[in-house]
Amino acid sequence: MTLSAAEVEHIARLARLSLSEDELARYARQLSAILDYASQLAGLDIEDIPPTATVLPIHSVMREGDEVRAGLPRADALRNAPDTDGVSFVVQATFGDEE
Amino acid sequence: MTFAALTIREARERLRRRQISSVELTQAFLARIGALNPRLNAYLTITDDEALEMARQADARIQRGEDTPLLGVPIAIKDVLSTRGVRTTAGSRILANYVPTWDATVVARLRALGAVFLGKLNCDEFAMGSSTENSAFGPTRNPWDETRVPGGSSGGSAVAVAADLCCAALGTDTGGSIRQPAALCGVTGLKNSYGRVSRYGLIAFASSLDTVGALTKDVYDAAIMLQAMEGRDPQDSTSVDVSPIDPARLEARGASLAGVRVGVPKEYFTAGIQPDVERAVRAAIAHLQALGAELREISLPRTPLGLPVYYIIAPAEASANLARFDGVKYGLRVQGADLIDTYRRTRGAGFGPEVKRRIMLGTYALSAGYYDAYYIRAQKVRTLIKRDFEQAFEHVDVIAAPVSPTTAFPLGAKVDDPLQMYLADVFTLPVSLAGICGISVPCGFDADGLPIGLQLIGPAFAEQRVLEVAHAYQQTTDFHLKKPPIRMP
Repeated sequence: MTLSAAEVEHIARLARLSLSEDELARYARQLSAILDYASQLAGLDIEDIPPTATVLPIHSVMREGDEVRAGLPRADALRNAPDTDGVSFVVQATFGDEE
Repeated sequence: MTFAALTIREARERLRRRQISSVELTQAFLARIGALNPRLNAYLTITDDEALEMARQADARIQRGEDTPLLGVPIAIKDVLSTRGVRTTAGSRILANYVPTWDATVVARLRALGAVFLGKLNCDEFAMGSSTENSAFGPTRNPWDETRVPGGSSGGSAVAVAADLCCAALGTDTGGSIRQPAALCGVTGLKNSYGRVSRYGLIAFASSLDTVGALTKDVYDAAIMLQAMEGRDPQDSTSVDVSPIDPARLEARGASLAGVRVGVPKEYFTAGIQPDVERAVRAAIAHLQALGAELREISLPRTPLGLPVYYIIAPAEASANLARFDGVKYGLRVQGADLIDTYRRTRGAGFGPEVKRRIMLGTYALSAGYYDAYYIRAQKVRTLIKRDFEQAFEHVDVIAAPVSPTTAFPLGAKVDDPLQMYLADVFTLPVSLAGICGISVPCGFDADGLPIGLQLIGPAFAEQRVLEVAHAYQQTTDFHLKKPPIRMP
């Protein structure tokens, strides 16, 4: 299979990645080769095989005890942020200029 | 023997007898790191002051008569594990200045035992790669031949151990990232069963596959490190308590493998394997037989499917995990016209080529219309790969195989061909997909003097058994004692 540049641009948009023209062309080629390789999974008779999401026999459990514990201090949580006002992370508006 | 070549066990013996102090030992490593790291690039961050302070504290504890398996022992940490107050980059530009405010659980456990942390080790960006060339901070060089790769993604860890720049190193293994660099650098590397060691504080790559482990100078040290790290952690819901590792039992068994059934899977000796590698691994298997093991030819028919399954599942999980790097809470931010544009510019500038490639691949495999065809299908074949091993372990105790089809390849040889790079992991991926354990131990050298690894594979949580077999092998061979021909500057 061959991915078109438009398809690769669509995936990049979904993945929130800005890519150069060069990168789009290179990834179109490389992803196509990898997906071709993965196509060997297509012919297998696996209709009745259950998928493995985790190798452990894990079941949902209730949290044991719900005692109050110290969380991450605010100063620690903000320490690595590119932009803060000292109390919160500062980000651009999500829904445009609504002021 | 210089201090730097000591195993953990040997170092502890000398520390306990007060033949050396932890400060002396730490200084010896720091001097060697200072001399060799500019060439090898194993360490991204060297924490001299913190290391010496930890060593002084360890010496004080030793003076008080304390005795833990790691007290005063200098180790180093792959840079995907969070270290409180010490920069943790994951080999990525996007985290170049990130300083965690807490320790990963494994780091906290080793700290409590009194280990000394020398610094943080280079790796492929977000542990994605097989050569350490995907690090944003330059490749690490193989001390056996500095024009070649050390393997990856825990390449810095393997080189730090091989070149005696630490006593032992923490690594992570998602598809072979401990075993393959261990093989290519001639050290011992244990990939633990999924869930045996907490992942809390590990910067996540593929959450259903990621495991934390150690690279060491021998098998006994691998047991010591696992004992220090393992066990349930309330912060990681996938961590489990199992019967603890007992390093002393490695000695008790001695070098006899009588009664041990060793499976030899024919699918691991295929056309692509380098003849020197096949020769050395077959000789190692004959050696196990000479120690009393019974050999059985087995079949793991889905082995070739490991690669396509892994390169759907791991990128899919990575694309979700790496969504957190959005320039808001930590890391790089490149401001754009609006929020979405900021996300895209930040991630476009912050991630390297392989990480972008895998995010793209994973996003595609999870996107509408392809989810069933790729992701669910891969998860189903993963079940078959797991069953292959389960059926094999009804008849054998351990499986013996190569770690990597080739020895260390030249820097730059595969960077432009991702599929060729992925094939370096063809013999390590199935174990990761099945969530079981496997160890790489040195078993010979190719015609160019490059190390070769033997992979011993066990069922889930059978690390004790695998370590006992590997230890018996090392008791009667000396490949793990060979040192790379390093010229001191």
